[in-house]
Amino acid sequence: MVKIDVDEPGKKVLLLGNEAIARGAIEVGVGVVTGYPGTPASEIIDTLASLAKKLGIYVELGVNEKVAVEVAAGASFAGIPSLTVMKYNGLNVASDTVALLSPGNTGKGGLVMVVADDPGGISSDNEQDTRNIAKMLDIPLLEPSDPQEAKEMTKLLLELSAEMGCICQLRTVTRVAHARGTVTLGELKPGQHIAHFDEAYNPAMPTLTKYNPNPASLMHLISLDRLKTIREKFESSEFNRYIGPDKPDLLIVACGIGWVYAHEAVRLLKLGDRVGILKIGTVWPLPEKLVRSYLSRVNKVLVVEEMDPFLERNLMEAASDLPADVPRILFYGKRSGHIEPYGELKPDKVIKALSDIMNLSYQPRDEAYAKKAADLLNTLVFERGGAFCPGCPHRASFWAIKNALRMDGRDGFVTGDIGCYQQALMGTGFYQLRTCQSMGSAAGVASGLGKLGRFGFNQPVIAVCGDATFYHSTIPALINGVYNKSNFTLVVLDNNTTAMTGFQPNPGTGKTAAGEQAQVITIETICKALGVEVEICDPFDLEKSTATLMKQMDGGNLPRVVIMRRECELVRNRREKKKPYQIYVDPVKCAGADCGCNRYCYSVFNCPGLIWNDRAGKAEIDEAICSGCGVCLDVCPHDAICRREA
Amino acid sequence: MQTLSKDPFNLLITGVGGQGNVRMAEIIGDALQQQGYLITIGDTLGGAQRGGSVASHIRISRETQYGPYIPEGHADIILGMEPLETLRMLAKYGRPDVKTITGIRPISSVDIFGRRANYPDLETVMAKIREMSGQIWIIDAVEEAFKLGNPVYANMILVGALIGTCLLPLNLKSLEPVIRETLGKEFAINKKVLGKGIELAQK
Repeated sequence: MVKIDVDEPGKKVLLLGNEAIARGAIEVGVGVVTGYPGTPASEIIDTLASLAKKLGIYVELGVNEKVAVEVAAGASFAGIPSLTVMKYNGLNVASDTVALLSPGNTGKGGLVMVVADDPGGISSDNEQDTRNIAKMLDIPLLEPSDPQEAKEMTKLLLELSAEMGCICQLRTVTRVAHARGTVTLGELKPGQHIAHFDEAYNPAMPTLTKYNPNPASLMHLISLDRLKTIREKFESSEFNRYIGPDKPDLLIVACGIGWVYAHEAVRLLKLGDRVGILKIGTVWPLPEKLVRSYLSRVNKVLVVEEMDPFLERNLMEAASDLPADVPRILFYGKRSGHIEPYGELKPDKVIKALSDIMNLSYQPRDEAYAKKAADLLNTLVFERGGAFCPGCPHRASFWAIKNALRMDGRDGFVTGDIGCYQQALMGTGFYQLRTCQSMGSAAGVASGLGKLGRFGFNQPVIAVCGDATFYHSTIPALINGVYNKSNFTLVVLDNNTTAMTGFQPNPGTGKTAAGEQAQVITIETICKALGVEVEICDPFDLEKSTATLMKQMDGGNLPRVVIMRRECELVRNRREKKKPYQIYVDPVKCAGADCGCNRYCYSVFNCPGLIWNDRAGKAEIDEAICSGCGVCLDVCPHDAICRREA
Repeated sequence: MQTLSKDPFNLLITGVGGQGNVRMAEIIGDALQQQGYLITIGDTLGGAQRGGSVASHIRISRETQYGPYIPEGHADIILGMEPLETLRMLAKYGRPDVKTITGIRPISSVDIFGRRANYPDLETVMAKIREMSGQIWIIDAVEEAFKLGNPVYANMILVGALIGTCLLPLNLKSLEPVIRETLGKEFAINKKVLGKGIELAQK
C-alpha cells in the first residue's frame, strides 16, 4: 500500500479514490479534517488520521456528522482550510447546520464537504442523490470520474471555498470512492496557518444601513450572486471537456462515473466518429453557456449520470433558453427510460442505451454461450446472503434476544437501526429486527411504541444499538424515553469499536481518530446519570444474557438498559492472532439427521463455521472458517459440539 | 517480460467475503502499476462484506484509464477462490475463450433461507466451470495452504498460480517489492507460498 504522503511530485501510484481525496487535501495544505465513518467515505479520514501527527494537521472523528461539520466550520471561520467527510446519510444528519452555513460566510479558511453517495445501496439501506441537496442549498458541487480527478477537484474546491467564503461539496459514488486508479502525485504543500477568528458570520450585516429584523432574504440574495460568479468560473473549467466529431449524430453528456462508462461504450461500439461526449465535472451550478454551445449542434442527447436525472433536468433547463430557431432536442436518459432511474449505473446499461438509440445490435458473446450462462444463473448459482462473522458477539446476542422473546411469549419484538447488527434483518440474526431506519432510530421508535399502553399495546419492545450508534444519536432518544416515561428495553451491542466501517474509535474506546489516549465515556455512566437501570452481560454467556433480558423486559414506565459487552471478533483476532479454542463435533454424540433437532446448529444457529457433511449425515466444523468462540457448544441439544484449548 | 495480449486486459478476481481477494487485487494491481500500466480496480461486495459474493475487476491498459467494472462478457481471466463464485463470474463475465484459474473448496452460504437451499453438487459445479472456460487451471488452494501451515495462504497460492500461467506480465520479482511493502515481516513465507502456486499452475 502506498503511503499517501510520499513527497515525489510526478510519481504515479495506485490509489483508492478516497486516498486520492486525502492526498488532494494535503497537496493544498488542509489544516483540519473531520467526519463520521460511513461506507463508502471512511478511508478518507482513516488515511489522514494515520498521518495527522506527522503532517501537523488536526483530524477528528466527530460524535456524529452534524457536530463534525460544525467542528470543521469553526476551523474555517478561524482561517484554517477544512475538510469534512461523510456518507450521504450523514449529510441528512448534518444538513441542519449545512443549510445555514451555505448562505453565510464560511471564512477565509475554506470548508469542503466530501459526501459519498452509494447508488444501489451496496453498503446502505436506501438510494439517495445528494446533488439535489446541493442544489436546494445553493452549494457549488463537483463530481469526479476517477481517483485522479477526485484529487484535483478536492484541491480546487478547497481553494474556491476559501476565495468565495462558501461551503463547497465534492460528490463521490462508490465506484469512484472505492475504485483504485492510477494517480499522478502533485507537490505537497504543508499548511502554515495561524488560527484567528475575525470574520463576520453574516455577510449581509455590513451592508445594512438600518436595522433589519429578518436578514434571511438578503443573505439568500448574496448566496445567489455568489453562485452566479461561480457559474461563470465553471464555464472555463478544465474539468469539462468534449471529445468527438464537430457535428455528432448523438451527443452524450456525462458526469462522474457516467463519463467513464460512456467513454468505454463509445469505444466498444466503435462510434467515435458519430457520437461525441461532453464531460461535465462542474455539475452544480451548471456552466450553461458551455452546455448550450454543444446542445445547439445536435438534436439528440443521451445523458449518462449516476442516480437521479439531475444533470439531465438541468440540461433541459439550459436547452429551454436556446434561440427559437434551434430545432427541438430529444433527450434520452433516465426520464426516457433508456437508462433505469434506480439502481447502480453499470457500463452494460450505457452500452445498451447507446446501441438502442443508434440502432445497433450488441452481443458481447455468442448466443449459445449466453444461453448457457443465463441458465446457470437461473438454476445452479444461488445468491449468497451476508452473515455475521464467525465468532461475532452479535450472533450470540440475537440468539439470546430471540430466545428471551420466545420464552416471554407476549409477542415482543426488536426495533433496530444502522450498524453490523442490522444484519439481524436476515437469517444470520434470526430475522429479529422488525424496524430499521437511521442511526439511533431504534430507541426513538421504541420510545414511541413504549407510550402506547393507553391504546392497549402490551408487547415487550427491545431496541438495539451499537456502541458507536449509542453516542451518535441514541442518547437523545433515550433521554426522550426517560423524560416521557416510556416502557422499553434498550440493548446496547457494545463491541468496543465502529466495526462496520473499518474499526474506527468512538468515545467508548479510549482512543481518538489520530490514536491519542482519551478519557472513556462509558455507556453505563451516561445511562446511570439519566436514572436508568443498567445491567451488563457477556453475550457469549447465553444463559445469563437470556435471563437478564427476560428480567429487563418488564420495567413499568422507564426504559431499561442491557449492555451486551464483548469485543468485536475481528479486532480480537487481529490482536491475538489465534483461536481461543479448537472446536470439533463428536461424531458419536451427534445424532445427525436422526436427532430430531432438524440440524439445529447448522440451519438455525447458522454460523458459517458450522457445516453439514452430507455423506456422514452429521454436523461438522469448518476449520478454515471457525473462529473458535465456542458459543455453539451451548446450542447443541446433545452436547455433541466440544472444545479443547487451542 | 511479455506484454499484454490485448488492451484493455480484464482480470476478474472472485471469492467469498473474508477470503482476502480485495487484498489480492491490490497486490496484483500495484505490481502492474509499477511497470507503467494504467490500472483501475473496482471491488464489488454484493450484499455483504462477510460471507457474500465478492469480485474485484482489474482493468489493465497502456492506453487509457478504464472504468471499475468489466462489461459483461469481457473478462479475459477469471481467478476464483471458491468454485460457485468462479461459476457465477463465468456466467456474468465469461466468454468462450476465457482463461479460468479456480480453487475447489466450497464455502456454503449461511443465509440461503436458513440453508434450505443446498450447495449444489461440487462435481456438477466443476463440470460447468470447465464447460464455460477456454482454458483452465484447477488448484486446491486451501488444502495446499493447510500444508504450508495456515489456510489464509490460499489466496497467495492463487496469486502464485496466476503468475505461473504466464498470462500476464507478472513474475516473482515484480511482486517482491509490493509484497514487502504490504505484508512486511511475513515476506519470506509469502514468497514460499507464491512459489508453491507457480509450481502448481505449471504442473
